[in-house]
Amino acid sequence: MSLKQRLPPHLARLEAEAIGILREGAAAFRRPVLLYSIGKDSSVLLHLAMKAYLPGKLPFPLLHIDTTWKFGEMIRFRDNIAQRLGLELLVHTNQEGLARGINPIASGSALHTQVMKTEALRQALDKYAFDAAFGGARRDEEKSRAKERIFSFRGPGHVWDPRAQRPELWSLFNTRIHQGESMRIFPLSNWTEYDVWDYIAAEDIPVVPLYFAAPRPVVRRAGTWIMLDDERLPLNPGEAPETKMVRFRTLGCYPLSGAVESTATTLPEIIAEMRAARSSEREGRLIDSDTEASMERKKREGYF
Amino acid sequence: MSAQRDLLRFITCGSVDDGKSTLIGRLLHECGLIFDDTLAALSRDSRRHGTTGEDIDFALLLNGLEAERQQGITIDVAYRYFATPRRSFIVADTPGHEQYTRNMATGASTASLAIILVDASKGLLPQSKRHSLICSLLGIRHIVLAVNKMDLIAFDANRYTAIVEAYRDFAAKLDFTDITAIPLSARMGDNVTSASADTPWYQGPSLLQHLEEVDVVSDEVGKPFRFPVQWVNRPDANFRGFAGTIASGRIAAGQYVRLAGSGRSAQIQRIVTADGDLAEAMAGQAVTLTLSDEIDIARGDMLVAPEAPPEIADQFAANILWMGAEPMLPGRDYLLRIGQDWTQTRITSLRHGIDVNTGDHVSARTLQMNDLGLCHLATLKSMAFDSYNENRLTGAFILVDRFTHETVAAGMIRHALRRASNIHRADFTIDRAARAERNGQRPLLLWFTGLSGSGKSTIANLVEQALFAAGRHCYSLDGDNLRHGLCRDLGFTDADRVENIRRAGEVAKLMMDAGLIVLASFISPFRADRQMLRELVGAQDFLEIHVDAPIETCIARDPKGLYAKAKAGLIPNFTGLGSPYEPPETPHLRLSTGASTAKDCAAQVLAALREKGISC
Repeated sequence: MSLKQRLPPHLARLEAEAIGILREGAAAFRRPVLLYSIGKDSSVLLHLAMKAYLPGKLPFPLLHIDTTWKFGEMIRFRDNIAQRLGLELLVHTNQEGLARGINPIASGSALHTQVMKTEALRQALDKYAFDAAFGGARRDEEKSRAKERIFSFRGPGHVWDPRAQRPELWSLFNTRIHQGESMRIFPLSNWTEYDVWDYIAAEDIPVVPLYFAAPRPVVRRAGTWIMLDDERLPLNPGEAPETKMVRFRTLGCYPLSGAVESTATTLPEIIAEMRAARSSEREGRLIDSDTEASMERKKREGYF
Repeated sequence: MSAQRDLLRFITCGSVDDGKSTLIGRLLHECGLIFDDTLAALSRDSRRHGTTGEDIDFALLLNGLEAERQQGITIDVAYRYFATPRRSFIVADTPGHEQYTRNMATGASTASLAIILVDASKGLLPQSKRHSLICSLLGIRHIVLAVNKMDLIAFDANRYTAIVEAYRDFAAKLDFTDITAIPLSARMGDNVTSASADTPWYQGPSLLQHLEEVDVVSDEVGKPFRFPVQWVNRPDANFRGFAGTIASGRIAAGQYVRLAGSGRSAQIQRIVTADGDLAEAMAGQAVTLTLSDEIDIARGDMLVAPEAPPEIADQFAANILWMGAEPMLPGRDYLLRIGQDWTQTRITSLRHGIDVNTGDHVSARTLQMNDLGLCHLATLKSMAFDSYNENRLTGAFILVDRFTHETVAAGMIRHALRRASNIHRADFTIDRAARAERNGQRPLLLWFTGLSGSGKSTIANLVEQALFAAGRHCYSLDGDNLRHGLCRDLGFTDADRVENIRRAGEVAKLMMDAGLIVLASFISPFRADRQMLRELVGAQDFLEIHVDAPIETCIARDPKGLYAKAKAGLIPNFTGLGSPYEPPETPHLRLSTGASTAKDCAAQVLAALREKGISC
């Protein structure tokens, strides 16, 4: 059976492009790693990576930055996938941040993200001396991402300079770096949220069940539903947990991930709901609305 | 959603004020792609940064980065995505500001259609011509001439027709296969997604309708088979596959392919994918090929159709779009990437510049950022390629600075140069080794580099005297002396300095072939040029000697009175004052002439020569 028949032409093109980028990264760099965040984009990225090197195995490990505040279901899903596919999974937590007591509730989302995600990622990349990191970011997610390169150069200290990006022509990627510099590589750059879900459906890719609607214990905060994933989330005065039929469009630290009310329990229902939606997926992500252009600032500091 | 929905990549080109970002914002909005929260953020931003008062400024949706928003101009390429039931679209929003030609070329390189925006109230301006020229050069064959802001000229059909005719006249000399003109108002939405009531005289499609219907079915599949090998997949001793993306043509199991360059052929055994083996595959597919015969194939090689092989050459002519902050200099070496292959190249000459407004040839000695020119290049090894006009993916290359690793240029190959095969080296029996043996010495190049007044010539003179006295055969080359004869035609611009050093290097190499020890004293301020020398004569025979004195010491010495003149403004581009000196990072010797005497320094050089086996 040919690829052309299996997938609609636009998905087949995106798949071929992503596989080409994955192979390029593996061929051009000494020590690459796949940043695995357990979300749907990471699931697609991992699926594509498994395809790209076949019949060989994945020629690099997965790295998960664990803030210790991920949904319990995410961690179980992660460990299960790694075991089932026989993958080398590295998990890194910023122990120093943990010791300082940084957490999304008391420290606020901005500081938590800075210490437990951005700094943790830099620590892990330095610790293992990775010179290239694949990520599942897409250009359609957010404004400052629209101008991100597919092969995105990072200077010493993992700093991104949006003014000094290398022009990227044709598919002739400039993969040259010096010692101490690194590359972030985004094979899903040209995918949209629709493409990701359509591809998950077409390829039958497993995703964390939190994407599907189910009755879950939640509280109403800042116009969204926050799930009580464990006993660490303190209730504000007057707040009472309710059980609502909700699902998540994006996943991160559970106190920072807003759920939407939904009855979509299957992939076709999720896709149908998304097509009718009137808000972007990042709305549920509390970290982006901190300040205008907050994502760009975080990216300059080394955030993914 | 249609199962056969395909993907169209296009770019929008226009000047800052033509309403380009507004048009894309409008397209996204009309296709229901702007979500409520994005719209809310947009209306908040519009009041802060916008230029449309209370209206939502769609342009702000596209101008992503903070700094750009404050300047009100897009400074880079942004990619946007939308889809209709009939097609998926990737839009490159590329800037129209004069100094950002390189961004437009970047967006155009992956697009198959371009929307050229013209402000109806201003008519056809030079920048529209410039953008069209770049699109044509980068291989875009389908054009939409979007005559925007029709509301400002009261939807006047005559003025519209005049603009369209002027454009068609101009574009006749370019390589477009079709031009579709559409009158519209991006801000008001006329003819963007549906026919406008204000243009009853216009019978054609709306912009979106045209984008959905235009036939850009690429003819890549109909071209000869080209498969740049990206990665050799060798998980175990039983499997050896060549992974890559088919650049053009098609291939079936059982067919023969040739390894370009070596000329060896083999039969395709399997076309491996994660979804099972394929009987055949075509342009755009990422596959892994296995061959029936063991051929030595590495990343960077190209498998091709045996009956229609590509060019194989180490010299070629190409259009170069310069993108680096430092100007392009003929004689300099750069890294070149074509397909999956990397090699080293030198721009041997700049034949002429190309005026991006008219396409006319202009004389030029260098290319600055955003300049365009026709160059001759020579590569360290032979490469397989096609002309860019015949094949975008196997005829395009980038140039990368060898030290900073910046991408400094985009190149499009015009044709191979036959000079390599027409000029043969005469082969003489008496070679360098024979002459070296007769002279009883190993030929070497001692390259003294440093600021004017650092003491290069003084030390070289002392060293040469000692060598001469010891019976060695040697010769001194001096920057000043060469400029009286061989290099009389050169000045002191960066381009001329590069050429000066190249000539000095070639002369030194001839003298080494003649069996001599050569002492060369040249300021030679650029690291790249000294690297070029090292490669020209061979690293083992090249002794880079940094004659290192603080600039203050050199100014105080000023033996030729040049610093005084330079300070008085009489010598522009003087090294150390108006022009930089890049010190060697790992010289063979560093002579500190501020701290040691010339005699001591010469003694250090002689000691280094004795280590190299020279009796002196």
